[in-house]
Amino acid sequence: MSKRIDFQTDPSRYRHWRVEYDGEVANLVMDVDEKGGLFDGYELKLNSYDLGVDIELADIVQRMRFEHPEVKVVVMQSGKDRVFCAGANIRMLGGASHAHKVNFCKFTNETRNTFEAAEEDSGQKYIAAVQGSCAGGGYELALACNYIMLTNDSSSSVALPEVPLLAVLPGTGGLTRVTDKRKVRRDLADVFCSVEEGVRGQRAVDWKLVDEVVPNSKFAETVQERAREFAAQSTKATGDKGIELTPISRSFAEDGSVSYSLVEVAIEREAGRATITIKGPEEDAPDSTDALHAQGADAYLLRVARELDDAILHLRLNERELGLLVFRTQGDPEKLLAHEKMLLDNADFWLANEILKYWKRVLKRIDMTSRSLVALVEHGSCFAGVFAEILWSVDRSYMMLEEFDGDNRPLATVTLSESNFGTYPMGHDLSRLANRFWADGAEAEKLRDRIGEPLEAEDAEKLGLITYALDDIDWEDEVRVFMEERASFSPDAMTGMEANLRFVGPETMETRIFGRLTAWQNWIFQRPNAVGPDGALQRYGTGQRGDFNMERV
Amino acid sequence: MLDLINVSYDTQIPNNVGLSQDKKVLKALEKWHPGYINWWNDLIPQNFQESLVYLRTAVSVDPKGWAKFDYVKMPEYRWGVLLAPQVEGRTIPCGEHYGEPAWQEVPGEYRNMLKRLIVIQGDTEPASVEQQRMLALTAPSLYDMRNLFQVNVEEGRHLWAMVYLLHKYFGRDGREEADDLLRRSSGSEEAPRMLGAFNEETPDWLSFFMFTYFTDRDGKMQLESLAQSGFDPLSRTCRFMLTEEAHHMFVGETGVGRTIERTCQVMKENGIDDPYDTAKIRDLGVIDLPLIQKKLNLHYTLSLDLFGQEVSTNAANAFNAGIKGRYMEARIKDDHQLKADTYTVWDFEDGKAVQKEVPALTAINMRLRDDYTKDAAGGVKRWNKIIEKFGIDFEMALPHESFNRKIGVFADRHFNPEGQMVTGAEYDKGLPEWLPTNADGDFIASLMKPCYEAGQYAGWIAPPKVGIDNKPGDFEYVKLHMA
Ligand SMILES: [Fe+2]
Ligand SMILES: [Fe+2]
Repeated sequence: MSKRIDFQTDPSRYRHWRVEYDGEVANLVMDVDEKGGLFDGYELKLNSYDLGVDIELADIVQRMRFEHPEVKVVVMQSGKDRVFCAGANIRMLGGASHAHKVNFCKFTNETRNTFEAAEEDSGQKYIAAVQGSCAGGGYELALACNYIMLTNDSSSSVALPEVPLLAVLPGTGGLTRVTDKRKVRRDLADVFCSVEEGVRGQRAVDWKLVDEVVPNSKFAETVQERAREFAAQSTKATGDKGIELTPISRSFAEDGSVSYSLVEVAIEREAGRATITIKGPEEDAPDSTDALHAQGADAYLLRVARELDDAILHLRLNERELGLLVFRTQGDPEKLLAHEKMLLDNADFWLANEILKYWKRVLKRIDMTSRSLVALVEHGSCFAGVFAEILWSVDRSYMMLEEFDGDNRPLATVTLSESNFGTYPMGHDLSRLANRFWADGAEAEKLRDRIGEPLEAEDAEKLGLITYALDDIDWEDEVRVFMEERASFSPDAMTGMEANLRFVGPETMETRIFGRLTAWQNWIFQRPNAVGPDGALQRYGTGQRGDFNMERV
Repeated sequence: MLDLINVSYDTQIPNNVGLSQDKKVLKALEKWHPGYINWWNDLIPQNFQESLVYLRTAVSVDPKGWAKFDYVKMPEYRWGVLLAPQVEGRTIPCGEHYGEPAWQEVPGEYRNMLKRLIVIQGDTEPASVEQQRMLALTAPSLYDMRNLFQVNVEEGRHLWAMVYLLHKYFGRDGREEADDLLRRSSGSEEAPRMLGAFNEETPDWLSFFMFTYFTDRDGKMQLESLAQSGFDPLSRTCRFMLTEEAHHMFVGETGVGRTIERTCQVMKENGIDDPYDTAKIRDLGVIDLPLIQKKLNLHYTLSLDLFGQEVSTNAANAFNAGIKGRYMEARIKDDHQLKADTYTVWDFEDGKAVQKEVPALTAINMRLRDDYTKDAAGGVKRWNKIIEKFGIDFEMALPHESFNRKIGVFADRHFNPEGQMVTGAEYDKGLPEWLPTNADGDFIASLMKPCYEAGQYAGWIAPPKVGIDNKPGDFEYVKLHMA
């Protein structure tokens, strides 16, 4: 898999989806091009999907929010006869490396979360209109919608056949959403997840697997009716005008380094390290919502979010041997805070809200990145407000203490803003500060008193906002030793340790998906019963069943 | 002692499975029965329900003398549950359980797969009755009308056969599936039948004959492969159904044959030698041979689609599980497990159709389809004999398997009936020569006038050589109730 996977796309390049905009309702039609697989060796039959299909979906969901704020209801449906979606393509999974499978699942999970949250975050409600078979990842797509309608033609069904058919789990949230979101009773969920053909008709409603079954002859009509009803009930403002998500500026150097307009990704392959440097804003914050709207995709905090998001995805999928990601910032913290404040003060303006919500997702994407993460708070940096969140997302942070010889940049500071107390919650719904100071919630609250104060290294260390403050004498060596040590540990142990330590305290559906479900799925993805030469996934399609080792582990 | 050869009438449902002692299943079937009767009553136009039809009813599963003929009103037909006799010591004929004793109960691990196969088979049985429900109104003779009804009641019985299996072996799920078999209906927008070809209407009698020849033959092949099932009750059910199915194909083959014969006869009588002189031929009220060929093209290719994808996981799974075999499995000389065998299938590479070897296990559908094509060729040969006898220069032929396909590797690509790939424009241009047009359909429809006099036949079809149950030519096969 040497080909670079590109997460940037736009409607003119879609092969698998189309969107028909109809005022406040958008019809989102999945019509996967069989021949449009991202890699060779499989055909995307029966609306099955691979990463390429999901990249388009993620793009659509994103554009729906920024380019089409007038939309209040999105109806996800199939453009194919008799099949809604057959789920992730089995042959693609069978042929993919473990790492690709894991990354694929992570990205699809993030995309599901994104459109699932669109109702709460943006007032865009997703309806799944299911006609035909809706199995595995297909049903998981529907599960992430806010409302599921199923036709009652006595053959269309919803199903999670992974266990009986493939000896793997419905790992894109399936198991978790069935119990936690749909609130299907756990023994019925056990039955449901064991029958290949799934459940149809009224029983699907009785078991809470869908919200509504509709007579087949009235299906299309009822779906549109429901969409109009939901749109009418919506509290979202009417008639918002979108902005265009213009292409991001990005170039790749020979050595794999990536330059965006505000983000630099420098790669040191030998050291297994990528350094991500984020530039602070040069221009002043827009002084009105009109000005923000006029800037559109060029508004500083939106532009930098898009670039950072793309950089993280690129590193995750295309640079798998870079085990350490180093975050740096350079810029004026005051200016950055002004940009953020403008959004916070105008959070009831749709675009300001969208940018803040987007930052919530980008920061979550960092939380969920299976690399060792470190932040270097150097002189001249701008870890303030939203960027300060990065400090509490990463595994460790090092901060320059006092003046460094020959360095005339402003002294390193960390500045808190109002947003650090709940604007960008993590997957388990805690702010990163609350997560960090789990032992004593009052300690996090006390930090409110320090909002707006540029905190130098000594204070920052004392307050627990960074890991180590290091002076000119120690800095270089300590940082180097840390990085070298990190690079020497087993990447598997690192991934496991970091994923555990990054989240403390309560679980939510989201963390259960990324934690419990994903961990078990990834374990199964390593086990011979699924992926061995005689395992169910490898044998799928040959007619032979998986040959299982019956020992319980 | 249970009599497993002769049919017992000690319950409302004739059977040779000891229903009267199987209270649980009897109760389930009796509950399902009224729904079935309603379905039948709503389906066939009322005056035919009241008519007396000379039908055969199964009284035994002994291959010799299993049926008796008598007049019966269709709603009073004794639909029943009939299984071929159990074979002592039968073993699983194929797949990974090859050689183990055949299952008398459903094996848990294959329960869903088995249920699915039975439901799909069961869904086709009532579907064809639905597709043909209006045909009696235009029957070309009482003889043909009787054959139609015979086919209909037997398809109804085949539904019973599948419902019995669902009730007996699949518990609550099975009962729900049985109910849904009556809920779906051919061509319905609400709940269509499961397979595409069973949602097309059968608009005229030539379609009916083509359907029974080509599409029932697909049914035959499916039944043949289910008759090889390691699940013994399914095997026994299907073996008996095949006895009945043979008659359906006879109706189809002789129906098309008689249509051809009549056309040739009328051409000769009127001194027409050129089979393509269609305007003249049609003026004489018979169906020209090129149009019959077009109907053949249509029904043959629709039926090929019923075999599914050339390379199929489901078919491989079913074979390997031992719940569905190949045509004449026992006569095939191999390991019956297909561990290392390959089979030739069509595929598409670089824009060209190519034949290539794939693991035989995955090509079970393709193999059955090839067997089907061989089986279907026999009747075509006999039709050509009729044309030859009249000295007319025309030959019927099965089109190439790539033509007019909606499923499989050839789907959505343009091929002519000879199997050459053509452009979209060439295809559009050729189509009126290859498949029936609307005008063709209108012409055939114009000939569909009922002929209800005993011993009389519509002008477009010849009388049969021999009567049913050796009855004389003027026998009144249906005593019509005219309200
Ligand atoms: Fe049948
Ligand atoms: Fe039949």
